[in-house]
Amino acid sequence: MQTRRIRWHIGVFLAPAVIVYTAVMIFPLFNTLRLALYSKVEQERIFVGLENFRTLFFDPIWAEQFWNALGNNFWFFIIHMLVQNPIGIALAAILSHPRLRFAALYRSAIFIPTILSFVIVGFAWKLILSPIWGIAPGMLDAVGLKFLFAPWLGKEEYALTTLALISVWQFVGIPMMLIYAALLSIPEEILEAGEIDGITGASAFWKIKLPLILPSIGIISILTFVGNFNAFDLIYAAQGALAGPDFSTDILGTFMYRTFFGFQLQLGDPHMGSAIAGAMFAIILVGVCIYLFGIQTRMRRYQL
Amino acid sequence: MIRRTLPLALATTALVATSAAAQDVTLTIESWRNDDLVLWQDKIIPAFEATNPGIQVKFTPSAPAEYNAVLNSKLDAGSAGDLITCRPFDASLALYDAGHLTDLSDLEAMSNFSDVAKSAWQTDDGSASFCVPMASVIHGFIYNKDAFTELGIEVPTTEAEFFAALETIKEDGSYIPMAMGTNDQWEAATMGYNNIGPNYWKGEEGRLALIAGEQKLTDDAWVAPYATLAKWGAYLGDGYEAQTYPDSQNLFTLGRAAVYPAGSWEISGFNAQADFEMGAFKPPVRNAGDTCYISDHTDIGIGMNAASANPEAAREFLAWVASPEFASIFGNALPGFFPLSNTPVEMDDPLAKEFVSWRGECESTIRSTYQILSRGTPNLENETWGASVAAIKGTASPADLGADLQNGLASWYAPQQ
Repeated sequence: MQTRRIRWHIGVFLAPAVIVYTAVMIFPLFNTLRLALYSKVEQERIFVGLENFRTLFFDPIWAEQFWNALGNNFWFFIIHMLVQNPIGIALAAILSHPRLRFAALYRSAIFIPTILSFVIVGFAWKLILSPIWGIAPGMLDAVGLKFLFAPWLGKEEYALTTLALISVWQFVGIPMMLIYAALLSIPEEILEAGEIDGITGASAFWKIKLPLILPSIGIISILTFVGNFNAFDLIYAAQGALAGPDFSTDILGTFMYRTFFGFQLQLGDPHMGSAIAGAMFAIILVGVCIYLFGIQTRMRRYQL
Repeated sequence: MIRRTLPLALATTALVATSAAAQDVTLTIESWRNDDLVLWQDKIIPAFEATNPGIQVKFTPSAPAEYNAVLNSKLDAGSAGDLITCRPFDASLALYDAGHLTDLSDLEAMSNFSDVAKSAWQTDDGSASFCVPMASVIHGFIYNKDAFTELGIEVPTTEAEFFAALETIKEDGSYIPMAMGTNDQWEAATMGYNNIGPNYWKGEEGRLALIAGEQKLTDDAWVAPYATLAKWGAYLGDGYEAQTYPDSQNLFTLGRAAVYPAGSWEISGFNAQADFEMGAFKPPVRNAGDTCYISDHTDIGIGMNAASANPEAAREFLAWVASPEFASIFGNALPGFFPLSNTPVEMDDPLAKEFVSWRGECESTIRSTYQILSRGTPNLENETWGASVAAIKGTASPADLGADLQNGLASWYAPQQ
């Protein structure tokens, strides 16, 4: 009788990825969640259970900041969903047009901002929009629209939307590329069959291509959601840790950073910071679950 | 997810421990004064190394806004330098309480400093001093002398004269009356509220009364400065809402603005940048003949990392920092950072001389929010930034701002409850 050989190679090949991933992702994640259950009293770390979360959600001072950050975060996400993704899809549709010239050039030009660092993007846009040195007031003046200019990044009512649009400018290349790839994978025969039935031009896009790229749009939405709720860099680079003016650009990422590491005279509180990180994790988890079980499983897929 | 890996990434830097040869000791200084890198490297460190062979000193600053966060992480991870530049008050007190800073009360050279100078780096009961005081900064206004001569404006001493001067500059139109923005928020509080405020709350008298709970932030002395700040908005440049701190510095040094609400730390930078003559005036008093109060804020100290591998060398360096020799080098190398040592230092820089001369004419105080009052959540200093910005922009009334701040403070500070 032959004994089953132990297949060592499976473990060996899995090990590097599992070990690295555990060390840099899984362990810190669970350790952060654990840290959220403690508090520091008189230089001693003591277990307080869910007390930090109670403070975060129900203490008026903390709750106000938390809901403000969460609300801003949703607005940040909505702008991306309403502006970035439709523009990305439209660009992809235009780029995939067979008679468009210089398509490769446009594709690269639109994608390049994505590979720039947040610090560069934040700094460059701050300069562009600066009321003192920026080119934005001059350009508006040249077309006689100077009255439209406002110091957008410094006004409570515009700052967050402005930053969201800067982020859209930076990342519009990603949905464009994903949709572009999906559009290219649609077989010619289907489009030709549609043409014979009289479906051409714009209606070919709405009736044939769009249903076929719907799963890609779903994936992009969930990537946008996760990316936006983890966002931090751009706001920090452009507005600093206090996410001014008057916390109008404060999102969960900056709120967590300020709490965890402290700011100016405010001392860092790793335990409350971890509680915010835990709340962020839960929000993202719930969002992803709604998508996975509520939307993706019901989406109609077409066999190409 | 990436955010969550940060603490671990910081922790791993701890593994990269510094090693030093036994005979040749290297001391590393943590600091937020990255502007001063050249001065430390060219003047201060060589002067120390010349008299102390065998000790090498490295000055390794980080960005001011990140310093506290970076330092705390480094200390927790055990990778911080031997010498720690100390922020005043609670930030450093917390480091001492956490055992990161050594008690320096037994350092003989500490007797070179007055109690006020040491107060920023002592336990509340004054029993332990953990940082050697290095310097203070004085608030006031720097102005463009050429612009003032051109427009025939006298240096204002009262508030009425101050606003009249700003009005004249505004009407003339060739200069922005005052260079300040609200984008970075802290200028509004530091160079605005805490610059003009001491004249209202009578310096130390009001500050200590607030700490004792005898005055409230809703009192006129604490609210009135916001009403005055509200009048500033009209004299700031176009789009000041999005104007950053470096923008303001550049506007002034390029000669496009006439007045700059300042801290004395600007002096060396401005001397290098501006090609017109500058003068300084102290915060104008409310009525002619009033006693003037200035914010002479203890700003920098230096202490020793309790985990330092070279405590002997570090103490030697600190003793030298406390000496008159250092005070003289530092005070003149960094005009605008005024040594706190009991031995007066003769300043060469005319602008620095002007600032330091106010110590003789006015009562000195420190920023109202720094001692004790910024210990809890919400943080009074951070709240004051927002309130000062709101006052300048006119988005909230001074009375409402005072009430908000008082509520926040009273929520955790027992003497105010």
